[in-house]
Amino acid sequence: MRPAWSVVIFTTIAGAGQGLFLMLVLGDAVFGLPGDLLFAGAMVALALTGVGLVSSTFHLGHPERGWRAAAMWRTSWLSREVIVLPAFMASVFFWAAGLWLDWADGVMAVLVALGVATALLLYLCTAMIYACLPFLQEWRTPLTVFNYFAIGLTTGTFVAALLSAILYPPIGVIFAMGALVIGSFAYLGRLASLARNARLRPKSSLASATGVKHPRIVQIAQGSMGGSFNTREFFHGRPREVVRGFRLAMLVLLLPVPALLLLAGGSSVAVLALALASHYSGALAERWYFFAEARHPQNLYYQAIA
Amino acid sequence: MSKQLALVIDLNVCVGCHACVTSCKEWNTSGLAGFLSDDNPYGRDPTGTFFNRVQTFEVGEFPNTETVHFPKSCLHCEDPPCVPVCPTGASYKRAEDGIVLVDYDKCIGCKYCSWACPYGARELDEHQKVMKKCTLCVDRITDASLPERDRKPACVLACPTSARLFGDVHDPASEVSVAIRESGGYQLMPEWGTNPANHYLPRRKTRKHIHEDELVRHDNPLKIDGQLPKPAPSDPSLDDVTSW
Amino acid sequence: MSASVKTTTCYMCACRCGIRVHMQDGNIRYIDGNPDHPLNKGVICAKGSSGIMKQESPARLTQPLKRKEGAERGAGEFEPISWEEAFSILEKRLGKIRETDPKKFALFTGRDQMQALTGLFARQFGTPNYAAHGGFCSVNMAAGMIYTVGGSFWEFGGPDLERSKLFIMLGTAEDHHSNPLKIAISAFKRRGGRFISINPVRTGYSAIADEWVPIRPGTDGALLLALTAEVISQGLYDREFVARYTNGGQLVVTDPNAPNFGLFATDDNAEPALPEYPQNQVWWDRHTNSPVLSHTPEADPALFGNFRLPDGTQVRPAFQLLCDRVKQHTPEWAEAITGVPAATIRRLAHEMGVTARDDKIELPIAWTDCWGKEHRTVTGNPVAFHAMRGLAAHSNGFHTVRTLAVLMSLLGTIDRPGGFRHKAPFPRAIPPNAKTPTGPEGVQPGKPLAGLALGWPASPEDLFIDEDGEPVRIDKAFSWEYPLSVHGLMHTVITNAWKGDPYPIDTLFIFMANMAWNSTMNTVEVRKMLNDKGADGRYKIPFIAVCDAFQSEMTAFADLVLPDTTYLERHDVMSMLDRPISEFDGPMDAVRIPVVPPKGDCKPFQEVLIELASRLKLPAFTLPDGSRKYRDYPDFILRHETEPGSGIGFLAGWRGTDGRSAMKGEPNLEQWKRYEDNNCHFKLELPHSYQYMRNWNRGYLEWAQRVRIRRHADPILIHLYSEVLQRFRLAAQGKWPGRKPPARLASRISKYFDPLPLYYVPLETEHTDRAKFPLAAITQRPMAMYHAWDSQNAWLRQIHTHNYLFVNPETARAAGVADGGWMWVESPWGKVRCMGRYSEAVEPGTVWTWNAIGKQPGAWGLSAAANESRKGFLLNHLITDSLPGGTSNSDPVTGQAGWYDVRVRIYPAQPEEPQEVFPTFEALPRAPGTREAPKRWMAYVSGKITGK
Repeated sequence: MRPAWSVVIFTTIAGAGQGLFLMLVLGDAVFGLPGDLLFAGAMVALALTGVGLVSSTFHLGHPERGWRAAAMWRTSWLSREVIVLPAFMASVFFWAAGLWLDWADGVMAVLVALGVATALLLYLCTAMIYACLPFLQEWRTPLTVFNYFAIGLTTGTFVAALLSAILYPPIGVIFAMGALVIGSFAYLGRLASLARNARLRPKSSLASATGVKHPRIVQIAQGSMGGSFNTREFFHGRPREVVRGFRLAMLVLLLPVPALLLLAGGSSVAVLALALASHYSGALAERWYFFAEARHPQNLYYQAIA
Repeated sequence: MSKQLALVIDLNVCVGCHACVTSCKEWNTSGLAGFLSDDNPYGRDPTGTFFNRVQTFEVGEFPNTETVHFPKSCLHCEDPPCVPVCPTGASYKRAEDGIVLVDYDKCIGCKYCSWACPYGARELDEHQKVMKKCTLCVDRITDASLPERDRKPACVLACPTSARLFGDVHDPASEVSVAIRESGGYQLMPEWGTNPANHYLPRRKTRKHIHEDELVRHDNPLKIDGQLPKPAPSDPSLDDVTSW
Repeated sequence: MSASVKTTTCYMCACRCGIRVHMQDGNIRYIDGNPDHPLNKGVICAKGSSGIMKQESPARLTQPLKRKEGAERGAGEFEPISWEEAFSILEKRLGKIRETDPKKFALFTGRDQMQALTGLFARQFGTPNYAAHGGFCSVNMAAGMIYTVGGSFWEFGGPDLERSKLFIMLGTAEDHHSNPLKIAISAFKRRGGRFISINPVRTGYSAIADEWVPIRPGTDGALLLALTAEVISQGLYDREFVARYTNGGQLVVTDPNAPNFGLFATDDNAEPALPEYPQNQVWWDRHTNSPVLSHTPEADPALFGNFRLPDGTQVRPAFQLLCDRVKQHTPEWAEAITGVPAATIRRLAHEMGVTARDDKIELPIAWTDCWGKEHRTVTGNPVAFHAMRGLAAHSNGFHTVRTLAVLMSLLGTIDRPGGFRHKAPFPRAIPPNAKTPTGPEGVQPGKPLAGLALGWPASPEDLFIDEDGEPVRIDKAFSWEYPLSVHGLMHTVITNAWKGDPYPIDTLFIFMANMAWNSTMNTVEVRKMLNDKGADGRYKIPFIAVCDAFQSEMTAFADLVLPDTTYLERHDVMSMLDRPISEFDGPMDAVRIPVVPPKGDCKPFQEVLIELASRLKLPAFTLPDGSRKYRDYPDFILRHETEPGSGIGFLAGWRGTDGRSAMKGEPNLEQWKRYEDNNCHFKLELPHSYQYMRNWNRGYLEWAQRVRIRRHADPILIHLYSEVLQRFRLAAQGKWPGRKPPARLASRISKYFDPLPLYYVPLETEHTDRAKFPLAAITQRPMAMYHAWDSQNAWLRQIHTHNYLFVNPETARAAGVADGGWMWVESPWGKVRCMGRYSEAVEPGTVWTWNAIGKQPGAWGLSAAANESRKGFLLNHLITDSLPGGTSNSDPVTGQAGWYDVRVRIYPAQPEEPQEVFPTFEALPRAPGTREAPKRWMAYVSGKITGK
């Protein structure tokens, strides 16, 4: 598939927003965090999801009709995402408002519950958009859901760490360590999916695509020579080296570099910022590679021109 | 059972002339599904929206090569994976005839449906920014103002080898059902369970076997002209070597 | 919104289907096949469905253009002028030529379905220098078959697939009669017919063949000889057919010293009937063992033997000579040449012979043959063939095609059900009556040509040569160099005119032929010649006028450009005088009627000719008082008769003042209307008894004579043995009483004018070091783009926007050429850089590409960056138009361009080379009057184009 930067940015950055919220809530529950950190975190989480939301509209041909996308929540994970995302943002917004206006604990508890539920649901929806497509075998695995969740949570944790380092340093180290722990799970999950995908055997072949039972079928012409939607949307069109480069960037930047930075350099704002930058770059590379590595069966029909 | 309109494409007679490709474009660009835009129409790498493409495959190795021309358009799956994923309901399958359609007024151009189609049957029009695909010429086949004969998809009417049959695959007596049944009709990528309504008919070979004893007949014309070898009386025979 | 439907006839290719143009508010909504048209029965092809994009092409010329003062030819710099100025330039120039030396005017046309009018114009003008593109295209197919069976494929006849059981297609080009053939092949296959394709490449129709027999290009003749040999040696020929309907039983004089050596013995006591088509040949009657007049009732000719006539003359039946000829051509011999295994050749021969013999068709149709014998049935041997350019475009193509015709005849498949069937006005006499003048005196100032510009020589006396035996025509057609060049040699015109050989000309008028690009054998050289000046600083070809609807590579070289209309904007006829759309069951012709007004100031070429002819006061276009005879082209079509009162006009339907006559009758002023009301065509279905065996069918022949399809009603006996060829050979051997070839050509004539089927290595191949250039290079035309001009079509060019050289992977790997990689293909004459594509569907000794996809940058309304000019290439750059020794690279019999004979080698391009085709050319500027093309995108909706 061709990685669309709008989607790459949306899924990573919104995932970070959700993660940040989840970590703030968790941190607050365990350690009790200062209100201004929570409030600032909520604002950052809102901003992140907001940027993601804006970014995602660039993927649409008709963003002005975007509201229609809520219609088919019964069948479409995309539709569900479109409902859950604003619900999450609303929960965070009201939670932040509650923090600001000092709403009653009961109300806040409900808002936290709502926020946590929608954040988790949003991970599920976003991931299921990809994981539910049966013939994109690289995506058709619970690991997709796990990775969207784990990587989003890791990024969120890094953000929480940076934010804390600025506003409330004591908790920064904990979040930083948390980011490495969660990141390790995410990393393992991603390694697992890489290992899984490396062993995948495409279910479709030119024989099943054309119905001609022969082991040697070669396409000579795909019917148009100047490309088509099918060649633009489903092929990354990048040389193998570039794809490998993205994978390498993902494997190096996602966790090892931030881990080295943190373990070697402590948890100063600067180090955390660097670690976050590295990790987020890795997350972008991960998401890019996630799309690029998926081989759509339709590509069987678009192999050659003549 | 409800109706399911579909195409049956006979690879046995398709010569790859692309008549279905451009007749489709021509009808639909000015029709309900229009327009179908073209980018760089007179420049480098021209590309445009088409609902139907003819592809060419080579099967086997020289000299046992088969060249297969392979028209491909939306297969109007009975379980179309592109429909449930659509967030707006723009993609739908018509209950009355099973045609999978896109409501352009609802489509937000998210392309998700195209991802959900294993066949690459959908194309986003780059200038209307909505997803398009074969409609089985729904604006022809249902237009009562057209003569009955013309109420068929443009590609079917155009096809010079009549390699494209059109009809209700749920009606066992229809031309398409008979063709599927009797000529080995099959579906593409059955592994995904999409149950495409469109079917393809395979290549069929006609061979001739000549028994050795059929080659020369009693009325061989060479006989008339005395050209079949007849031994001269002087050629050796048993008479020359034994007396019993 | 107002919707309406208009019918007319397609002209996106040479097929000429009936179309319906669906209009909406005066604009074209869409075009589909006309279901009420007998040719295409409602279907349409990719091109026909893209007519709208031709109509809207940015390359459309809309104003007459004059080359800018001081601009070089080929630079494409023009200024618009009025039609009046254009006409007066031509009138002045042509008028002067006509009054001084009419042959200094040469008119050559690309498309050849307007020959009745263009030919008439040239003849009336008085120039011999006229032809269409047949010499470049497929004249061998026409000549090889017409000189043998009196008819040919494509518009003249075809395979009767409705009743055939076995269909063999050889090297076919698919651009003539394409939709009817597609319809027929599909139905044939569905009925269980067996389809075999013999072709170096498996594409198009061959793709759906039951069996593909790959063959080396230019060797089909060898295969056909071996098949013929096997059919004869197994006794699988139709003896009855051969004996009665061919000249196989007629006795040929075999005494080398006899004055009539190699000619048919005649019974001088019998009347020859017609001197030019004598019928007093002799059989050796098998029953009485004595010579008898050919076709004596109750007699049966011996097909084999060696006889002596009462006067002592040694004779042999022509069939015996044929057998003697083919005997040496065993399947093993052919295998070495063709690459087709001997066992396959034998099997093919057996399949053909056994199917012809055992699957006989018998139709309960009574008919009477020319010799008065009544037949209760029409029988057929259901083996049908089809062939075209793949056989024809070789310098041995005439004999290859003749061998095919002989094989078809031996199998008894000529004009019989399930075999080959004629289409009116065929069959013609062998050879047809049409003749050119025979000497320079036929060309006189101020007078029409004393004969036709193109004809069918029957003997050296029919050649169009001067007293030294040198050509009168600029293309040297009908000279000793190419005696039977019945379609002319368009491909030699520019070279000859440039050389001044045989003489310089003044004005070259080209209609719809891209001679500065793909319709020429040596593009780069021809472009130089068109632009070349003599010592006096004047162009060697002083004036070039081009009529075309589109800005092409050729219009860039014109001094005067006349903007033609498209097919949707004009009246046109597909006339019985030319290439009508007849089917097997009867004559059929068709018209075009404009459905939209002409764009800008463009004018149909037909109108240009009528106007010019009127201004030049050419007799057929002028009243006795000197005023113009015809208002315009439609008026000309209605009222023109081939001779005053002949009753023969361009259209055969609804003639006579009451509109009730067909084929012949007084002009009918309602004729256009009647055609319009009848879906733009006329069909006369013949009675069943006239539909078969028409070479020998008395009823048909007498009918044909009555309606003046033919002059005589004599039988057209198949020429297994060609006396016509033997006459030329005798002349070359000094044994002919009449004209003799110049000494330098005597051995060439003697070798190639063999009265029996012959195979020889194509001339160019013979001249090439085959170790150095081991591969054959050929082209094919893709079905979605039968014509070069479709690259301007925004829809079609998405299907073929550039081309690759297809190479068998084994061959490619051996040469180090990568799939999709840049490579060189080089012939002794030139080299081209292009991209290669591996294909298992091409035999390893051949490389091929789609024809004429490559374009000059800026031509055809394409941007200079278009794939057509950056990645698309012409194979023409590899082809030479002349061979060492100076003769044209053409068939020595017919002058057919041998453009499938080139030999090449391939090697990879170096990584540092530019990834672009070679050679490249300067970009052409946009011509005045052409529309600026949408650069980024466009969309068409019922006549409105959106985009930018």
